[in-house]
Amino acid sequence: MGHRITTRTRASSIAGIIAVALIAVGLILPAFASRSLIQDLFFILTMLTLAQLWNLIAGFGGMVSVGQQAFVGIGAYAMFAGVILWGWDPVPAILLGGVAAFLLAIPMAFFAFRLAGAYFAIGTWVIAEVTRLVVAQWKTLGGGTGTSLPREATADIIGVETIARLFGLRDAAARDVLAYWLALALAVATLATIYALLRSRTGLALAAVRDNDNAARSVGVDAARVKWLVFLAAATMTGLVGALIYVQTARISPDAAFSVTNWTAYVIFIAVIGGIGRLEGPILGVLVFWGLQTAFADYGSWYLLALGLLAIATMLFAPRGLWGLIHDRTGIALFPVQRRLIGAKDG
Amino acid sequence: MTVLELTNVSKSFGALQVTDDVSFSVPRGQALGIIGPNGAGKSTLFNLITGNILPDAGAITLLGRDVTRSPAMDRVRMGVGRSFQIPQPFEGLTSFENLLAAAAYGQNKREAEVADQCVAILRDTELLPKANQLAGTLSLLDRKRLELARAMATGPELLLLDEIAGGLTEGECQALVATIKGLHGRGVTIIWIEHVLHALNSVVERLLVLDFGRVIGIGEPETIMASREVREIYLGMDV
Ligand SMILES: Nc1ncnc2c1ncn2[C@@H]1O[C@H](COP(=O)(O)OP(=O)(O)OP(=O)(O)O)[C@@H](O)[C@H]1O
Ligand SMILES: [Mg+2]
Repeated sequence: MGHRITTRTRASSIAGIIAVALIAVGLILPAFASRSLIQDLFFILTMLTLAQLWNLIAGFGGMVSVGQQAFVGIGAYAMFAGVILWGWDPVPAILLGGVAAFLLAIPMAFFAFRLAGAYFAIGTWVIAEVTRLVVAQWKTLGGGTGTSLPREATADIIGVETIARLFGLRDAAARDVLAYWLALALAVATLATIYALLRSRTGLALAAVRDNDNAARSVGVDAARVKWLVFLAAATMTGLVGALIYVQTARISPDAAFSVTNWTAYVIFIAVIGGIGRLEGPILGVLVFWGLQTAFADYGSWYLLALGLLAIATMLFAPRGLWGLIHDRTGIALFPVQRRLIGAKDG
Repeated sequence: MTVLELTNVSKSFGALQVTDDVSFSVPRGQALGIIGPNGAGKSTLFNLITGNILPDAGAITLLGRDVTRSPAMDRVRMGVGRSFQIPQPFEGLTSFENLLAAAAYGQNKREAEVADQCVAILRDTELLPKANQLAGTLSLLDRKRLELARAMATGPELLLLDEIAGGLTEGECQALVATIKGLHGRGVTIIWIEHVLHALNSVVERLLVLDFGRVIGIGEPETIMASREVREIYLGMDV
């Protein structure tokens, strides 16, 4: 019929090439980079992944959760349980984090999906708090004060020895390299999965449900199914990230692992500043956040207050974030999902 | 073959009875018009047929199957397409994507399988020049066009249209009538709620009059239009 449908743009083709190059550089970076740079990048990559996942459920799915710390926390604790109780290697134990978060997400979705708008947000937060209180009763994993990964477990994590020999590093630094590679893999996998999802038929359904639930059902979209799918998938991935973060820190406590500030407030800040509902948003947002964190984190509560004000100002004056501003000026989309119809003739 | 049958359907919102013991059936391929004053319960009747709301009493049968309690989604897949009186576009999607979503899910097919149909519907409804425009930025007129287009995209056997001709110029109205006649000619069963009576009567074979939630007349358009009740309701209107 002379027309075609495409999502691709010139910018997205260039972005694809740059992405591949960046991933390649990221992979070989530990050969030259300092340990502190690797640690910074670990922080950036894990926060980026958490922000992408929050953006998926809130920005693309319209489900504004403030209970993501539940999945980070339960994922981290499940990994600890695997290591301490069952003697697993910490790296494969990360998978337990994904499973645990998935299992927690089922009752959480069951309750929270009955709530609308602000009540949904509050519901997710309440469930996260309850989970924290329950986990704090788990005496073998340190109860309310927490515990550390046993030295034997951290000493012979698979791959660490090889990395140490390869780069001539001490074990602690080699562990950071391994954690960094895993963080890179998770970040890339998350971005690729979300991008593929948004470009699939399910992506259309997700947008339809977010924009108008009632109309979505009236064109045959199973709104509940789409929400469940996205919520469970995001929770599982969040659990994996949580477990990975605590493989790297090797020390856990309920207050830290279920911290609403670290795992939800910062994450929302990143998405809001960068731009909600766009894959580019969290990428830009995490860089801004990391810059602010590096420069001002020592100011404690004043810093938190400033972050909050900055987020509110963004929501008021640039509701689609920094990437929204850039997109409006230039029309650039690095990860376009819009199906554009080209060359269809009228009449 | 009966496409739709309502038997003693009633619905109240609190103390307000909006649908009062309504029974009628629509044979396959018929075009039925529904008229009645504002607040008569016309749109509510559509919501009951599509499953957007559930009746308090009575039964609704679709293509021989009792769907009184089935979810809206199932009824779409069975072939019920509907437009909303107040347009409800997916604002963050383009016009084309609105149709893609409706066609892919309404017909349960892959996007690639329905893309050509969507282009043809955009062309029919004069939305093709705005195919790549976000639905949230469309004018009211185009949003109404999109309502019709999206309903068509679900691949309906029964198409429910709720006041889509209001505010059109004479030329636009004629184009709309031609589009609906085209669907009718292809055997689609149509129920059309419309205040623009000359447009409605140039398409439908049968008219139903609703007042205070009750069916006060159903039959040939000429007979219905000539009846006293209708002339009272539409006195001074464009009959
Ligand atoms: N969800 C609802 N909750 C409460 N009342 C409602 C609801 N939907 C409709 N109503 C009321 O029911 C009555 C019938 O509404 P309905 O929209 O079906 O009328 P209508 O015949 O389509 O009118 P119009 O010609 O103005 O579109 C109105 O009084 C309306 O206010
Ligand atoms: Mg109405």
